[in-house]
Amino acid sequence: MAIQTEAARRPSITPFWYDQRIRGVLFQVFVLGGLIAFIAFIIYNTTQNLQQRGIASGFGFLWSTSGFDISFSLISYKATDTYGRVLLVGILNTLFVSVLGVIGATVLGVIVGILRLSRNWLVARLATVYVEMLRNVPLLLQIVFWYFAVLASLPDVRQSSLLWGAFSLNQRGFYLPAPILEPGFSWVPVSLLVAIGLAFLIHRWAKRRQAETGLPFPTLRVNLAILILLPVATALLLGVPWTLEHPELAGFNYRGGTVLVPEFLALLFALVLYTASFIAEIVRAGILSVSHGQTEAALALGLRHNLVTRLVVMPQALRVIVPPLTSQYLNLTKNSSLAVAIAYPDLFAVFAGTTLNQTGQAIETIAITMLVYTTISLGISAFMNWYNRKIALVER
Amino acid sequence: MTASDQERYAPGKHPSLPPPVRTSGPIGWIRENLLSSPGNVLLTILSVAILLYIVPAFLQWALFEATWRGVTREPCTTPDGVDLEGACWTMVNARFEQFMYGFYPEGQRWRVDLAFLLQFGSFFALLIERVPGKKWTAIFLFLIYPIIGYALFHGGIFGLPVVETRLWGGLMLTLIIATVSITVSVPLGILLALGRRSNLPVIRVLCITFIEFVRAVPLITVLFMSSVMLPLFLPVGVSFDKLLRALVGFSLFAAAYMAEVVRGGLQAMPRGQYEGAMALGLGYWKMMGLIILPQALRIVIPGMVNTFIGLFKDTSLVSIIGLFDLLNIVQAGTRDAQWRGLANEGYLFAAVIYFMFCFAMSRYSISLERKLHTGYKR
Repeated sequence: MAIQTEAARRPSITPFWYDQRIRGVLFQVFVLGGLIAFIAFIIYNTTQNLQQRGIASGFGFLWSTSGFDISFSLISYKATDTYGRVLLVGILNTLFVSVLGVIGATVLGVIVGILRLSRNWLVARLATVYVEMLRNVPLLLQIVFWYFAVLASLPDVRQSSLLWGAFSLNQRGFYLPAPILEPGFSWVPVSLLVAIGLAFLIHRWAKRRQAETGLPFPTLRVNLAILILLPVATALLLGVPWTLEHPELAGFNYRGGTVLVPEFLALLFALVLYTASFIAEIVRAGILSVSHGQTEAALALGLRHNLVTRLVVMPQALRVIVPPLTSQYLNLTKNSSLAVAIAYPDLFAVFAGTTLNQTGQAIETIAITMLVYTTISLGISAFMNWYNRKIALVER
Repeated sequence: MTASDQERYAPGKHPSLPPPVRTSGPIGWIRENLLSSPGNVLLTILSVAILLYIVPAFLQWALFEATWRGVTREPCTTPDGVDLEGACWTMVNARFEQFMYGFYPEGQRWRVDLAFLLQFGSFFALLIERVPGKKWTAIFLFLIYPIIGYALFHGGIFGLPVVETRLWGGLMLTLIIATVSITVSVPLGILLALGRRSNLPVIRVLCITFIEFVRAVPLITVLFMSSVMLPLFLPVGVSFDKLLRALVGFSLFAAAYMAEVVRGGLQAMPRGQYEGAMALGLGYWKMMGLIILPQALRIVIPGMVNTFIGLFKDTSLVSIIGLFDLLNIVQAGTRDAQWRGLANEGYLFAAVIYFMFCFAMSRYSISLERKLHTGYKR
């Protein structure tokens, strides 16, 4: 205190480093300088190290032949393809398991979350046990458990049987029929797009009409009918433009159909079950956050129970649910990188794993991997933030 | 009530009637909680079916038909070498020490025990309110214990023989990684959170970049980066211990998450607190250290404990970069030719240990939340 009063009395001789603004600038210059020096130090060391170890640098390796096989790929891939294509295969595999995982975890999580609030004592306890058990055990342990303990104990290929002549679950994975598309099939997705557009228009029209006249319209039922019937009708009109190729046991393996490899199944199961336990808690907290007064007031207005849930509780609960849900989706996507432990060929396993080992270009591969994950994360965040803004409370 | 009742008993003297059977007592409870509607009856039947399907079979396998005694495979098999139905816990018996200490030399394991005894002893003394001397315990735990711990685990000082980190493993390694990264991440996270809310643009941008970047990528890439790229960043010839590299990556990762938790607390502080502190003439660090942080950190303790739980579970990822933590050493055990096919037992054992730690922490976090909860509750 004494110093400050003294300084106030004689401002002219205050040393400049007591000025807060100058101090701030100096501090930032100091930090920035330190950071630049640190980065320069790292770059110098890295070039020295790379030279000494004889590792090439640059991104040219992306166009050279990879020379290794990938067990599961959504696009055609051969060992003679380039590392660039390996990257693409990895990204698609990561996205594939993440998207299915997000859908599965959301559905299961919402169900378990609601069951935890059930008035049925037994069901609520069971849901609690599920949540507590899954959430307190590391995901990696669950993944290796599913892979090495559960899926490894499935029947051998030759001892397995086909269910309804179409499905088989054995040590080599889950076999199911593959659709073979015939000419004219492209009209089916087109009709689906048309149906979605139509449903959207009906939704808007019904909302406006209700706002103006108060007349309700069974939007959900009509839209569901359009979404299902239009593509089905198109397909029937075109004479079902696809055939199903069923898997058949031929020698030591199944031929035909498609197969979901056990690595994929183990990863998906573990991701869904683990993330669902977190989503369940989020959903439960969201529903509990809506105060009783809201429900009671809605009931007092004469709304039926399902309308109270749909029109009063859910819109308010969603506001609480969506932000933490976003971070769970991000976690799931990032956690899919644990696939490397069971060799599911996701982005991390094929690129930061195999490609890094073969080329030795650690900096480039890890940088690209991180960049891709960052992009995916930002994409999910952007989408969920947009959704969050849409449902957010509009305050006047 | 009939007229005769009124004659027989003076007002207020009527003896209590037994409670109606259908709405109270066990039967009433069952009707209310399990069978209140057709849907509920269905759910109850379904739950009972699931329980009957899973629980007896599991108990049979894990407890009643399991083999508990012995340290070899023989007790678990019939004389002709066929596995028995139940679980074979002799594997855990045989390898228990390894699951706990890794490859730490047998004669030196008392050092690990002593170190954890000191660590958890002083830690619980801090947590439990009735124990006096909080200040000295804290000074011991955060300033003196790290030196003692290093001396005990690693050796090389006070005449203790050196135990190289590649011999560390099992639960001990898991706990060391968790403890170190948690201890480093809290102060680092606080600094990052303060930096993120700083008025100085350069500091703010740097902190935001670091936090958001680390949170956008999976932990495993951070660990890979620290284990593969860190050696490249160092001057030629300088090499780092593998465990230390993992610890660096892990702590930085933890700090980014901790920073976001702390930021939540900082944002919850009303402006008046900042203005009041400034009006008292406090500088930035005094304002933060004496006024803002003590209040902000108190709010976010439950969130921090939740982050700790996540970190504790995430320590299992170091197995991917080749460290023998609890999960990896159990896996290595199940891959041993002698114990082939006993993956279930190994994973269940590891899962129970992880569960005990995480569940205890989550209960603590919930009790804290209750204690700190100032709002009303219905």
